[in-house]
Amino acid sequence: MLQASNITFRVNGKALISDVSVSFAPGKLHLIIGPNGAGKSTLIKVLARLLRSQDGKVEYEGEDVRDASEADLARRRAVLSQAVEVAFPLTTREVVMMGRYPHFGGRPGPADEKITDELMELFDVTEFSARNYQTLSGGERQRVNFARVLAQLWRADSGTLSTSSLTPSTCRYLFLDEPLTFLDIRHQIEFMKKVRDFTDASDVVTVGVVHDLNLAARFADQIVLLNDGRVVSTGTAAEVLTAFRIREVFGVEPIFVPVNQGGIHLIFD
Amino acid sequence: MEQLRTRRSLLFALALIALVVLAASIRYGAMDFSVADIARALRSLLPGHAEPTLDQRIFLELRLPRAILCLLVGASLGVGGTLMQALFRNPIVEPGLVGTSSGAAFGSALFFVLGGILHFSESLWSLPIAACIGGIISTYLVFLLARSREDGRASIVMLLLTGLAVNALFMSAIGFLSYIARDPQARSITFWSLGTLSGANWNAVEIVAVSTIGGTLLALRYAKQLNALMIGEEEATYLGVNVNRLKWIILSINVVIVAVATAFTGVISFVGLIVPHILRMMGGADNRFLIVGSALTGATLLSLADLVARLSLRPAELPIGIVTSAVGVPVFLLLLRRRRYVF
Repeated sequence: MLQASNITFRVNGKALISDVSVSFAPGKLHLIIGPNGAGKSTLIKVLARLLRSQDGKVEYEGEDVRDASEADLARRRAVLSQAVEVAFPLTTREVVMMGRYPHFGGRPGPADEKITDELMELFDVTEFSARNYQTLSGGERQRVNFARVLAQLWRADSGTLSTSSLTPSTCRYLFLDEPLTFLDIRHQIEFMKKVRDFTDASDVVTVGVVHDLNLAARFADQIVLLNDGRVVSTGTAAEVLTAFRIREVFGVEPIFVPVNQGGIHLIFD
Repeated sequence: MEQLRTRRSLLFALALIALVVLAASIRYGAMDFSVADIARALRSLLPGHAEPTLDQRIFLELRLPRAILCLLVGASLGVGGTLMQALFRNPIVEPGLVGTSSGAAFGSALFFVLGGILHFSESLWSLPIAACIGGIISTYLVFLLARSREDGRASIVMLLLTGLAVNALFMSAIGFLSYIARDPQARSITFWSLGTLSGANWNAVEIVAVSTIGGTLLALRYAKQLNALMIGEEEATYLGVNVNRLKWIILSINVVIVAVATAFTGVISFVGLIVPHILRMMGGADNRFLIVGSALTGATLLSLADLVARLSLRPAELPIGIVTSAVGVPVFLLLLRRRRYVF
């Protein structure tokens, strides 16, 4: 369980998010939506404790993370960013292996090697293993980074994506900061499906930022609509995405198209 | 796995080459020593043997410490370059370019001048400490001035330009000191600005060995964190690195190893720039490999440069900085021209 209570984050006196209280349950996929400048990325960074809010607190299972050490957090929290640039020629496998850094001291152990290989397989980047990361395309890089980020949260005993029935004592936290930006439509869908599968583990709390309202509506268990640094509404897609709110927050006129299995699809006027 | 093996064999090969170069560097110079001469000179140190002859003393008190000091200083400069490049995520920085070396040289020169004037009793460690203080001041000055007003970060362009200015400032200060100095070592502006190993002695070896070996071993402990820094500061934080702490530690190691080396040899530029490049081309960018490799390669390259400096104008010698700059400046320009490497 991830709980944010009354968090306010200011830069030079200007509040980027103000008085946000929201909770995120394990096993559910939470997506944050909102227009540009709504504070989505800032909220993700405060929740992931890259930034510390001036007011309010962020708790992982009731534990305030303000003073948690970076090393401790890194063993249970991972963040996928929009684009990761590498300054020197690293191989793809070296980049994925970085996800295991919080889990070993000097050299990677056999479990770390195995997890790295598994995730490279899962994200279909094994063929790039020895290739220089800098030579990959934007989409390929993002797959490599997703493999890295999941390697960070992977449990050696879990084996498959949707993990076992027994719930480990601590939750794992996955944050996604606009991860779809450089992906084509096929990879966007595949990517969201993998996030969905991973989140099905009963100890995984997933919070992401996406721009595409239809992707959010299709994949999210809970949507958080943010505007001007404040939470406008939270709930299921049907609850949050009303014509009135979309008009108010995004300034566009939505048309609801019914699709099969009771879903909705939005087109904009 | 395969890469790991390649890197191990590379490091082994580099260590062998360093030994071969060391052997050459103790044999050849203003005066050549045969293997038999060297063996006799070393034996004279054992109890019960005759006092060393003049030639043997030249070998034991000048040649040998110089060769070893050269290895250590080269290793310091190589490791310093690797650390700076990892810290700034940019392959065109090195200790000499951000002011550390000239500040250290200024600290040492000031020490000689004030020592002559104030007659304070100096211990073995006061010269390296003076160099460290100078190095810290100049490096800090560069960082302070290069920081952008908006986000507090130092862009690489600002860093290089500010480094240039601060280097010029400290070099002219050294020029002034050498003008007013009475101490012969402080008087030699070429010593400080172009570097030389001609002042090597066993005291210097002892002190530089402590800082070089200690600094390199300490840096190795942070190699993994420096690797994480390659994918960005935010990403490194997510991977469990306390980035601010890491920056301070790495910068401190760098200032100490480079400043202590500079105190005894003057400013030797471009070794720290070239060495990490050669290694990355051969074995990739993993800092665990780079730190060990740059110690070995730096030692080898500087020993070769010192051989050239000693042999080219025999029996006189060139300042070693002329040799390293002659090789280093073209490499630096080449890197600047390759746009993807900069900014």
